[in-house]
Amino acid sequence: MTEFLLEARDLKKSYPRSSRLLATAAGDDEERIAAVNGVSIELAVGETLAIVGESGCGKTTLARMLLRLIEPDSGEIRFAGQDLRAVRGAELRALRREMQMIFQDPFASLNPRMRVGELVGEPLAIHEPAMSRRERLERTAAVLERVGMGADALGRHAHEFSGGQRQRIGIARALILRPKLLVADEPVSALDVSVGAQILELLAELQREFSLTVLLISHSLPVVAQLATRVAVMQVGNFVETGPAERILNQPAHPYTRALLAAVPEVPAA
Amino acid sequence: MARLLDVHGLTVELPVAGGWVRPVNDVSLHIETGEALGLVGESGSGKTMLSLALMGLLPEGARASGEAWLAEEDATSKGVGNDPKNLLTLKEQELQKVRGREIGMVFQEPMTSLNPVMRVGAQIEETVRAHEPSVSWSEARARALAALERAAVPEPKVRAQQFPHQLSGGLRQRAMIAMALADGGSGPRLLIADEPTTALDVTVQKQILELLDRLRRELRLGLLFITHDLGVVARVADRLAVMYAGRIIEEGPAREVLVRPWHPYTEGLLGASPKLKRGKLLPIAGNVPRLDELPPGCAFEPRCALRRPECAAAVPELRAASADHRARCILV
Repeated sequence: MTEFLLEARDLKKSYPRSSRLLATAAGDDEERIAAVNGVSIELAVGETLAIVGESGCGKTTLARMLLRLIEPDSGEIRFAGQDLRAVRGAELRALRREMQMIFQDPFASLNPRMRVGELVGEPLAIHEPAMSRRERLERTAAVLERVGMGADALGRHAHEFSGGQRQRIGIARALILRPKLLVADEPVSALDVSVGAQILELLAELQREFSLTVLLISHSLPVVAQLATRVAVMQVGNFVETGPAERILNQPAHPYTRALLAAVPEVPAA
Repeated sequence: MARLLDVHGLTVELPVAGGWVRPVNDVSLHIETGEALGLVGESGSGKTMLSLALMGLLPEGARASGEAWLAEEDATSKGVGNDPKNLLTLKEQELQKVRGREIGMVFQEPMTSLNPVMRVGAQIEETVRAHEPSVSWSEARARALAALERAAVPEPKVRAQQFPHQLSGGLRQRAMIAMALADGGSGPRLLIADEPTTALDVTVQKQILELLDRLRRELRLGLLFITHDLGVVARVADRLAVMYAGRIIEEGPAREVLVRPWHPYTEGLLGASPKLKRGKLLPIAGNVPRLDELPPGCAFEPRCALRRPECAAAVPELRAASADHRARCILV
C-alpha cells in the first residue's frame, strides 16, 4: 500500500480582484479571483512530484498553502497523517521542521547581515535549542560540505558568493533539520545554465541520499523532466493533467500539456 | 547578400579599482542584410555590453575601441550602399539618428522600457516624431497603428489607448517590437534583441520568436539576437557566436555549432542544458571567472576537462574547423 506523506483535498484560495478600498469604492467587493480552485494532491513517500504551469496558474500559491505559509479558504491538508490545518503551537512547530523550502532567488532569501554559518545553523538553533554550540557547528559544517561548500564558507556573508553557491547555501539551510519534505520553488530559474545543471544534479543526489519527498514547482518542462517521477500540469487554478513523468512528457493527453511541450525550444539533436 | 554590420576588434573597457577590465575583448562579427546572428553567453560573458557598445549606450566611464561599420542605406531599395559609418566614432547627435531609425532595439523586460503613465500608442507616436520631427501627428498616429498591426497586436486601436500595465507580458513585448520598427518610412534595417523572451511564458515566447522571424523575413532585417538559451537561439538564428569572458570562443552556422560544437565550453553548455528527454546532465565544473581575475591563457582552461599545459600559456586564436565554422581552442 502506498504511504502518503502529504494529502490535500479540494484546496481553494481566492483573492479580491483589487484592493479592498478600491473594490468597495467601485461597489464590486464580491468579485474575487480564484488562484487555486479546488485542487487535490497526494505525495507518496520518496517521490518527486512536479507542478508545472505558466505564470499566474496558481502553482506557488498551492505550494505555500501545502506548507501552511498561507491559509486556504477551504479544503483539507494531512501531513504524515496529521491534520495540518488543525495543529497549533508546539505540534505545528514539530511538523514545520519536517517540511522545508528552497526558493528561486537565493539572492533575496538569505539574510545579508548573517554569516553563512549562522544562516545554515539557525534552523537548528530554533528547533533544537538544547544542542551545544559545538555540535551545531559540526552539523553545519557537515551539511555545507555535503552541498559542495568548504568550511571556509562558515564565516563569510552570502553576498560574497555566486548565485549557484548561494543556492547551495539555501539547500544546506533547508536540509540541516533532516526534513521529510523538500519544496523547491523554481530552484534554478535565476541561475546560468552551467550552474543550474550543478544544482539539479545535486538535488537528485540529495533526494536519493536522504530519501526525500520532493515537491518541485517549475515553469520549465525540461527542468521537470530531469527530476520528477510524477507531474501535475496546472492551468488557471486547476490541474488539467497528472500522471507519471514519462507518460506526461511522451504521451500528453490534455491539449494544454501538448501546447506546453510543443512550445519548449529544444536544441536540434545530433 | 550584402554586409549590413561589420565589427572588427571591438573592445570595451570599464574602470575598476586599480585598473580596467574588458567585458568585451577584441570581438569581430558581421551580419548580412536579412540574416539572424545569435549571440550566446551566460551572465558576465559580455554579450549585453557588446550590444550597448553598438548602440552607443555604454555606461559612464566605459571606453570602446575597434570598429563597427553599419552600411549606409541604399536610396534605391532596401539594400545597403557603399558609404558605411563607424558606430563607435559617431557623435551623440548622429547616434540619436541611428538609434531607432537605423537600429531598432528590444530588451528583456518591456515594462522597464515603456513609460508606465503614457498610453502605448502615444509612446510609439512620440518615438516616430522624435526621429522625424517633420511628420505630422496624424501621420505619426497612422504609423503607430500600422506598427502595432505589423507586430500582430490584436485590436491595435484599442491597445494603443491602453497603458502598459493593462497589457500582458507578451503584448507588451509586441508593443516594444512595434515601437522598434515604427520608425522612418522604411524602418530600421538592424534589430538588436537582448533576451527578448526570457521573462515570458513558453507559449508566449514561441509566438514572439515566430513574430521576430516573420518580421525579419518580410522586412529583410538584420537581427542580432542575444540570449543565454541554446534552445531559443536554435529557433531563430542562421549563425551563432558563443561568448565566454568577453571573447567569441566559437562561431559558425547555427545548426553546425549546436550539433557538432568544437569548443569544450559550447559542448559543456549543451551538456548542461536540461532537455525534455531525461538524461544525466553534465554540469560544467566551477564558475565563470571574474573579469579582474582572468587566467593568462584560455579563459575556460580552469574549468575545461580537456585542458593541456599549453592552454594556460596564451589565449588561443580562433581557428577554422571548416570553411565557416571557427573555434578558439587548440584542439581544433
